[in-house]
Amino acid sequence: MASKLIVLAVIVLGIITVSQLMKVYQLSSKLSNKNEAEISEKNNNLNAKLMIVFVLALFAGFIWLMLKYGWTGRGMAASVHGHEVDWLLNLNFVIILFVFFLTHIVLFFFAYKYVRKPGVKAHFFAHSNKLEMIWTVIPAIALGVIIIFGLRTWNKITDVAAAESIRVELFSKQFDWTARYSGEDNALGKFDYKLTTDDNELGLLTTNTIDSAINNMENGISGIKALEDKLNDPSVVLSVQDRNDLMTDLDRKGRLIRLLHQMKGRHDSKADALAWDDIIQKDTLYLCVDKEYELNFRSKDVIHSAYLPNFRVQMNTVPGMTTRFKFTPDITTEDFRKTKHNPDFHFVLMCNKICGGAHYKMKMTVVVLEEEEYDDWMESKSFDTFKDKYFASM
Amino acid sequence: MAAIATEAHGHHDSHEHHKESFVSKYIFSQDHKMIGKQFLMTAVFMGVVAMLLSILFRIQLAWPGEGSDFVSFFLGDKWAPGGVMKEDMYLGLVTIHGTIMVFFLLTGGLSGTFSNILIPFQIGARDMASGFLNMLSYWFFFISSLLMLASMFVESGPAMAGWTIYPPLSALPQAISGSGMGMTLWLFSMSIFIASSLIGSLNYIVTVLNLRTKGMSMTRLPLTIWAFFITAIIGVLSFPVLLSAALLLIMDRMAGTSFYLSDIIVSGEMLTNHGGSPILFQHLFWFLGHPEVYIVLIPALGLSSEIISTNSRKPIFGYRAMIGSILAIAFLSFIVWAHHMFITGMNPFLGSVFVFTTLLIAIPSAVKVFNYITTLWKGSINFTPAMLFTIGLVSAFISGGVTGIILADAALDIMIHDTYFVVAHFHVVMGLSAVFGMFAGVYHWFPRMFGKMMNTTLGYVHFWITIVGAYGVFFPMHFVGLAGAPRRYYDYSVYQDFDVDAANMMIDLNVIITGFAILAALGQCVFLFNFFYSIFKGPKSGQNPWKSNTLEWTSPVEHMHGNWPGELPTVHRWPYDYSVPGAEEDFIPQTVPLAEGEEEH
Repeated sequence: MASKLIVLAVIVLGIITVSQLMKVYQLSSKLSNKNEAEISEKNNNLNAKLMIVFVLALFAGFIWLMLKYGWTGRGMAASVHGHEVDWLLNLNFVIILFVFFLTHIVLFFFAYKYVRKPGVKAHFFAHSNKLEMIWTVIPAIALGVIIIFGLRTWNKITDVAAAESIRVELFSKQFDWTARYSGEDNALGKFDYKLTTDDNELGLLTTNTIDSAINNMENGISGIKALEDKLNDPSVVLSVQDRNDLMTDLDRKGRLIRLLHQMKGRHDSKADALAWDDIIQKDTLYLCVDKEYELNFRSKDVIHSAYLPNFRVQMNTVPGMTTRFKFTPDITTEDFRKTKHNPDFHFVLMCNKICGGAHYKMKMTVVVLEEEEYDDWMESKSFDTFKDKYFASM
Repeated sequence: MAAIATEAHGHHDSHEHHKESFVSKYIFSQDHKMIGKQFLMTAVFMGVVAMLLSILFRIQLAWPGEGSDFVSFFLGDKWAPGGVMKEDMYLGLVTIHGTIMVFFLLTGGLSGTFSNILIPFQIGARDMASGFLNMLSYWFFFISSLLMLASMFVESGPAMAGWTIYPPLSALPQAISGSGMGMTLWLFSMSIFIASSLIGSLNYIVTVLNLRTKGMSMTRLPLTIWAFFITAIIGVLSFPVLLSAALLLIMDRMAGTSFYLSDIIVSGEMLTNHGGSPILFQHLFWFLGHPEVYIVLIPALGLSSEIISTNSRKPIFGYRAMIGSILAIAFLSFIVWAHHMFITGMNPFLGSVFVFTTLLIAIPSAVKVFNYITTLWKGSINFTPAMLFTIGLVSAFISGGVTGIILADAALDIMIHDTYFVVAHFHVVMGLSAVFGMFAGVYHWFPRMFGKMMNTTLGYVHFWITIVGAYGVFFPMHFVGLAGAPRRYYDYSVYQDFDVDAANMMIDLNVIITGFAILAALGQCVFLFNFFYSIFKGPKSGQNPWKSNTLEWTSPVEHMHGNWPGELPTVHRWPYDYSVPGAEEDFIPQTVPLAEGEEEH
């Protein structure tokens, strides 16, 4: 507390001191007939020189940053389209840096050169159609180039994935990622959020999962039966608030159970196979080098964003819809580590859309393997499918 | 199309001397000059708060996990135990910093202050079209400011979903504590703010169209007025869409509707909402959000056009091209919003269209920049503090504008979307440019507002500290972003787990950035001191201290109700007759009739 008082006292005394100094300054400028609106030769020239000093310092600082941190500040791309994106980024950077340096040199040099000089009058120059035409047309041409190259790359990246590309789902929730490989059939099983239970975190759709979701909703720990029992039990005394909360919960579960029963009625058990062979994988996402992947994104709660900076991949995950992004990793983790001279380096999948307090910790390691290693890993997972896990937990 | 304001307002002369009470003069004032000052004072206060918040979270970013007395002084034990702020509070600070800066300082503060002060003065009107609505606009602004400040003191914390408040995060209190009471207050505050902005804008439009004095045709308007006029039109067309976005969000939060919610399980609770789309909110939000950038920027560009011309003692180069480019920017600003949404899962073809329209904006922007630079060419420059800030504005407008070209390119945006590159980009192009424009305006029109002069030397100190500090913050920030650092991260040492080099770079640069941020913040103390000291103790200003042409400098230094004693001034020429060959003085005010044989520009 004492330290806070001292700080406050220092601030107050500081303000008083400066005010007094200002008074002295103003009295002296009154004596010397100085007018604040008249900028003196000395001040004018000082600022003109500072303009040059400033712009040189700005350039120096900028060039230092470029030299120290790489001129576009990041490492090599690790995916096929990533190289094209990097080439495009470099092209754009060349154009904008040229514009930045040119306009800044001219701006600050003019500010320096045309500072008021005694006896020199400004040149009355109000407009020139020719000049204005020049600086409308030249930027238009430059932008035309940027737009054409940009859209060509964009269209290629966002094109539909090839039929044989490997389907993997990335499921996001506060605050972690889960991957789901499509298994032998290379088709991801269907899902519905209402089927989510402890044994079926991704809400996959099979005859069994519908049954167990219905069972859970009806007879689970806070299922409909339990809620009704609690509400009807004369020996339990509930506050009005608690009772209302329970009623709301019961009402909501009543609606959900109706939807689940409808789902059961419509369900075709032939679709079960799609989901049973899926492989659910936490902590680390394994990818095979030089294979095209179609990532499917899903979210359980709020918007997240799947951000894989080394692969130049990013796509939001949106509750209620599936988003997609295709890409082909073209260098293994091992090889990439060599280029970085860093044996501990890892590719990473981060969350890049604000999603709650621990947003910054929501990440998953990504490992790109040689085809052989990848096949071995897949092999090791072949008895660890959704079906195996689901029935093991029963 | 000469205005007919003189007759309409003639009756003012008869009763302008009645005594005003303290309340009607300083509080519920209907005088545009007082309302402008009220906007300015409120905005300065809000700006100081928002700047303080930024220093708090910059400390966390530079020295993550280290206790700080400064942080604990402001946040206390609940939100910063041991002087280390909590994760949720970090997000709360970021959110409120953004909201206050964008809406309360740069929209309410910039447009509110200078539209109010300059529109009646520069078009030669006695006051705004409706003094009462003008007063209402300020008081709505004031109430919304209070609500926004109050939201920082509620138990569950302020809104924490980022200034863009994307649902479902902002709709579900289970997802983050700030989406409870804090978010409710945020939404109500913003709804009232929008009402304030709409009332103000309608008033500005009507005033510019109807109350111009004799001879003040649209093509004789100073560029400031053109800028405020177009800004007001953009505001009227886009703010209602934000209001609808906010109302639907309020309904989702309070009435159980599903506009933005679908298939959600949060904290183990399965919600029944189905069929809504979070993307819908983003479309509605950015339909305001992007024009908002220009609502912030165009007034700053207008102010600087006037200042750069006056202090170069030269006409603004390409007056009509300047008007044309403002119109083009304003039009394009409505058809670019989805460039904020390239990677939300929106149809990629739609993305391509928005790439095209967005990059088009660079053309009128380039025209503006080159016209500013040509105005300096062969000028006779007076470095007033306002002129320094104007040159700072042009510089920031360029450096921030060129990085926009990268972000507008959808293919490149994939990689840098939501990284610090974006943060650096918009802080430079809209934050710095607009703040520089606002400072320039305050220094230039201070004599008009208070009848006093600000201290020039302190103005110089303020400018040089600010521009060095600002570039010191935002240039390194581009590099942090290009290295891939996501924005709104509480602690970048998470990079240590997978990329030590990147982690070290981010921590090093974050320390540099925070150092410059603290420097820049201290620089603002110089301004605050100069500002308040000069209001009370500054030397008296002359009638026309900058030897300027526009009408506001013909009104008496001592403020009076109705702005001009006797008749309103008549306008005979455009406002940029500086250094006309053959003329005696290097400026010819708009009220001077054309000399014999002189052709109007």
